[in-house]
Order: sequence, then structure tokens, then C-alpha cells
Amino acid sequence: MSISKIYLSDIRVRAERVKDKKAAIGPDIDLSRYSEHIERGRIENLEGLSRQAKEAAVMAGIDVKEEVRSGSYIQVDHSVVYERINKAYEGKLEIMSTTEALSKYDWLEEYYWRVIPVDQDKYTAQAELNMTHGYFIRVFPHQKPEYPVQACLLVAGNYISQNVHNIIIVEEGAELQVITGCTLAKRDAEGVHIGISEFFVKKGGKLFFTMIHSWADNFHVRPRTGAIVEEDGAFFSNYVLLKPVKSLQMFPAAYLKGDRSSAKFNTILYGLKDSYIDVGSRIVLEGEDTRGESTARAIAADESVIYSRGDLIAKTRGYCLAHLDCRGILFSNKAKIYAIPQLVSDGAIKAELSHEASIGPIAEEQVEYLMSRGISREDAVSVITSGFLNLDIPFIPEFLDRNIKEVIKATAKEAL
Amino acid sequence: MQEMLRVEDLWVSVDERQILKGVNLSINYGEVLVLFGPNGAGKTSFIMTLMGFPKYVVEQGRIYFKGEDITNKDVYERAQLGMGVSFQRPPTVRGVTLRKIIEIISDGRINKEGFVEYAERLNLSGHLDRGLNDGFSGGEIKRSELLQLMVQRPDMVLIDEPESGVDLENITLVGEAINMLLGKDKVKDPKRSAIIITHTGYILDYVNADKGYIIFEGKLICGGDPRDILSEIKRHGYRGCAECR
Ligand SMILES: Nc1ncnc2c1ncn2[C@@H]1O[C@H](COP(=O)(O)OP(=O)(O)O)[C@@H](O)[C@H]1O
Ligand SMILES: [Mg+2]
Repeated sequence: MSISKIYLSDIRVRAERVKDKKAAIGPDIDLSRYSEHIERGRIENLEGLSRQAKEAAVMAGIDVKEEVRSGSYIQVDHSVVYERINKAYEGKLEIMSTTEALSKYDWLEEYYWRVIPVDQDKYTAQAELNMTHGYFIRVFPHQKPEYPVQACLLVAGNYISQNVHNIIIVEEGAELQVITGCTLAKRDAEGVHIGISEFFVKKGGKLFFTMIHSWADNFHVRPRTGAIVEEDGAFFSNYVLLKPVKSLQMFPAAYLKGDRSSAKFNTILYGLKDSYIDVGSRIVLEGEDTRGESTARAIAADESVIYSRGDLIAKTRGYCLAHLDCRGILFSNKAKIYAIPQLVSDGAIKAELSHEASIGPIAEEQVEYLMSRGISREDAVSVITSGFLNLDIPFIPEFLDRNIKEVIKATAKEAL
Repeated sequence: MQEMLRVEDLWVSVDERQILKGVNLSINYGEVLVLFGPNGAGKTSFIMTLMGFPKYVVEQGRIYFKGEDITNKDVYERAQLGMGVSFQRPPTVRGVTLRKIIEIISDGRINKEGFVEYAERLNLSGHLDRGLNDGFSGGEIKRSELLQLMVQRPDMVLIDEPESGVDLENITLVGEAINMLLGKDKVKDPKRSAIIITHTGYILDYVNADKGYIIFEGKLICGGDPRDILSEIKRHGYRGCAECR
């Protein structure tokens, strides 16, 4: 049974009201420029993607062979072109488009727009009023698929606004890994990607979520992400950006509602060309004995601007512990980094919140140390820089290693 | 015997402070030299200068290595020519594992099994996947330094206080590693040379040294048999040694 009409019309009204409301931070986008609608046909397997699309997907961490994945969801422009669960995992989880899920499950009313307010800004409004799918992934109670589900949100056309709404539900005692790659088939594409992501980690559940963004010079990106974590649940979020972007603004949040729940954010930002990047992470500690950890590494090259934000907000009367670690390196005298950590204790008298933030070059002492081992200055800078960015993200280590090496190779010279 | 390293009238300052005041030294191929000296005498400064770290400013004098004037060469060039150093206090390189560094240093010269075996011998197999020097104990740092040098295989090794912080259990390992580095475990390759800095002299029980010096007030003094020097230091202290020269 589909989600109730009353609820839907109510959120539509709320969305309509904020159609022109600018976001609190980040440059404003004229969404009327991106009004093309492009549908694509379904494919039999991932080899069926066009060569360009396939290459882009691989660059965004997608395993085209689907060997070490429990399932896949692929969207191109405004169409869902592929969903599949590997045989071994049938009955353990489900994957479909959110549009389909909304028509199938009336209980989705308890999830849809329950973490992110639909009337937050014009981007949430756009996602509701012109929604073009997004994925719905649910892992059943106590199921723990050993391999990640992969989702690829690909833009192949020009002047479109891809407005996806993703929902992930990790039922009680279950564990799920999700790798989402968002990317462009054409490097010169102009457009915007708006991604609403609402995650629910039930009692004792664990969600390992990795998002790899691979955009280009003329593309705007406005994700809106929130996770609710119940007692003893854990949410791990990894975010990687190693390609230029016109503008990107997001501030994903984890709400630790349940006692003993935890969240960990890892963020890797590489500013290239004239990218405008504003990325944060927010952990709201509401339950007792909750833990939060947020690590961000930013490198700004060329003429890029990076805002690296982090909020830790304690609201529990009980004990809670959270730490923020935010570091940046500037590779160019035309680049800019703002590191903005914020700690808030709201009546949380037992909360222990801390942060360390730093911006500075690679330590010359480390470079010389490696040089004395017969490693050239260039190689030493490269290896130290990849070490700086290496946040040990599972399932994509080689992917990360290779890509990080490539960007460093292209940009580190300026830093020497 | 052929000369490997020659230091002529070397004056070095660090942060505008004069540390070395006219050091002269010659080391032949295959020769192992031991340097004694009180804390702050400039032992570390001396070998860091030989390796070419820019913090150590050569005000006067020249350094020749394998017949080439290296006074103005940078650290990397000196490493390429065959010099290597085991640091007293190396920096921590977070996020870069010991394994990674060894792979890069070895650059195909020695296979994976080779260095894993060295790591096992040095009791470091558990450290290969940790960040370089990240949370390593004093002894672990020494062993990791030697492990890296075993892969690097320099012709001239500069070893700064190999025994400091190393417990009794591991000191034999450190001694063996140094002997391996010097090629003393093989008859074939006796041409490697070393300068070993020691504060305590313990390392002399494990490594055969040919010559010793005391570094005192910016100069090398009391050249001679290292064991004799050590017993003189024990009897008269460094100042006593300096006065009897
Ligand atoms: N970075 C530095 N800045 C200022 N003085 C230094 C620095 N490094 C070493 N020194 C000084 O240089 C002298 C020699 O130090 P060092 O070579 O480390 O001696 P040793 O190894 O014999 O103990 C000491 O007085 C020490 O304090
Ligand atoms: Mg010293």
C-alpha cells in the first residue's frame, strides 16, 4: 500500500513554500537553468553502460563486475536503469527506487522526510517537487551481508537537475555497507545534483556508508544527509572528493538518539581548479554514553576554496564523548581553506567534547627524513600527502590509493 | 686502503650557534668508526651534517665522499651516492606505514619476502602496517631505522646511538642488524663503512669497530682504539680525556 496522500500533500505544501529559499550557507544556484528532463533505458548488466558512463562509474568506486558487492543500484539522469541483488543475499536485503518503495510501503511515511526537513531550503523543495528517484535499501533484522551494496548516481546529460531521495534502513541487529558513487559521464557537463539521504540505524545495527563524488568544473552539488541512530547502533560515514566541482555544499548530520550509539565521519576533500567546496559533518549526541568522532583532511590546490566544518553538539544529561580532528594543507598561494570546528554543549554537563584543527604545509622534517632514504623530494611529498589523506576506508583502498596518487602527482609540484 | 669519506676543517652552526669548530676525519672503505662524546657535544649534528640536512649550516670546510666533493649536495643526492643514516629521533610520519616506506626504498631491489624476513628478525613484523614511528617505543624506533637501512643498503652508514632505549633482549638483535648492514655476516662485501655514535659504549660488545674518537668542544680528539678510549672515559670522564690529549 502506498504512503498516505495526506502526508504527501502536506509535505508538498511545505516544499512549495520554500521553493525560492536560499540555503543558509554556500553560493546560491539558479535552478531554473537546469530544467531538462532525460530518461534512459534499462540495462541487463553493468557492462551495458556506455563506455564513458562505465569509466565514470569505475572512477566513482563502482565494481562493474559486481563480484565483491551484495547488490547494485544504478541511476542515469532521471531513470533507474538497473537494480540487482546478488543471489546469495536474496531475502536478506532489498533494493529498489524510492519512488517504487513509496508506492509499495505505507509505513515509509515514518521515514520519508523525517530526518531532513522538507522545508529546509530550495534544494530540499526541489527534491520533493521534482523528485527523480533515488535508492531505497533495507537490510532485514540481524542480516549482515559481507559485501557492500553499491549505488551509482550518474549524470550523462546536460542542463539537468538530478533530484534523488535515498533512504537506507538498517533493521535491528543488522549490518550494512553501502558505497555510493556520484559522477558524470561527460566531464564538461553543466548541471546540478541534489541528493536527499535519510538513514535509519535501528537498535544494535551498523551502517558503513561511503560516498565518492567525482564531479567536474561546471557542476553544482547540494546533498542533504541525515542519519538517526538508535541505541547501541553505529553509523560510519566516509566521504571522498578528488575531482573539481563548480560548487558543493553539504553538512551531513548524525543524530545519536539511542543510548550507547556512535557515529564516525571521515572526510577527504581535494580542492582543484576553482572548486568551491563547503563540507561539514555534524554529530548530535542525544543519548547517554554516546560517542562521536569526526576526521577531516583537506588539500586545497589551484584556486580552490574549501570550508571544512565540524559540529559536535551534546544534548544528553548523561556522559558522552566526541572528538573532532580537522586538518588542511594548502598547495597553492591562490587557494583558501577555512577550518571551522564548533563544539556545543547544550545542558550536557557530563559531555566531553574536544577538537584539534590545523592548517599548515607538510613538515619539511618528514620530507627530508624520507629523502635521506634515497626517495626523491617529489616522491617524498607525494607519499606523505597520501598518508595525510589516507583515512583507512574499507573496500576501496586500492581505488583511493590510485586516485589520490594521481591528483597529488598533478598538483603537488606547486607545493614543492 | 682507499678513502671513502674525508672531512676537512669542518665548521658547522645550527640556528646561529657554532657547534663544530674544525673537524678533520678520514674513513677508509670497510672501516668502522665509533664516536663518543658528552650530551650536547655535537655528535648528532656531525652526522646530520655529513648526510646534508639543511638545518646544519657548513660555515667552512669540505666533505668528500668516494672522491667527490659533496659539501653542496642535498640529502637525496647523498643518499643516492650511498650514504644512509639511522636517526636518533626520527620524525613521525602519520598515515604512511613502515611497509610502504620499505617498499619505496627497496624499489624492486629486494623482494617482499626479503624484507618481511628482515622485519621478523628485528622483531618488527607487527609494526609493518603501522604509521612510521607512530607510537613506536625507543627500541622499536632504533630497530625500524636499521630495518630501513638494511633495505636501503648504503655504503656508508651513520648510526646515531643504536643502543639508547633498547632493552637487553633486543640489543643483540640491534648488534646483529648493524653487522648485517656492514656486511660483516658475509666475507664477500667488506667495503662498507660506518660511523656509530655511542654514549654508553655497549654496542662495542656486539660490533667490531676499528677506530674511535671523542667529540669535544667542537673538535674530534683522542683518536685511537675504541675500547681503550671507552675505558679512559670511564676512568677520567670526558674532560679528563680532553685534558690529557
Ligand atoms: N635545532 C636546534 N636548535 C638549537 N640548538 C640545537 C638544535 N639542535 C641541536 N642543538 C644544540 O646543538 C648542540 C649539539 O647537539 P647534538 O648534536 O644533538 O649533540 P649530541 O648528539 O652530541 O648530544 C647542543 O648544544 C644542542 O642543544
Ligand atoms: Mg645526539
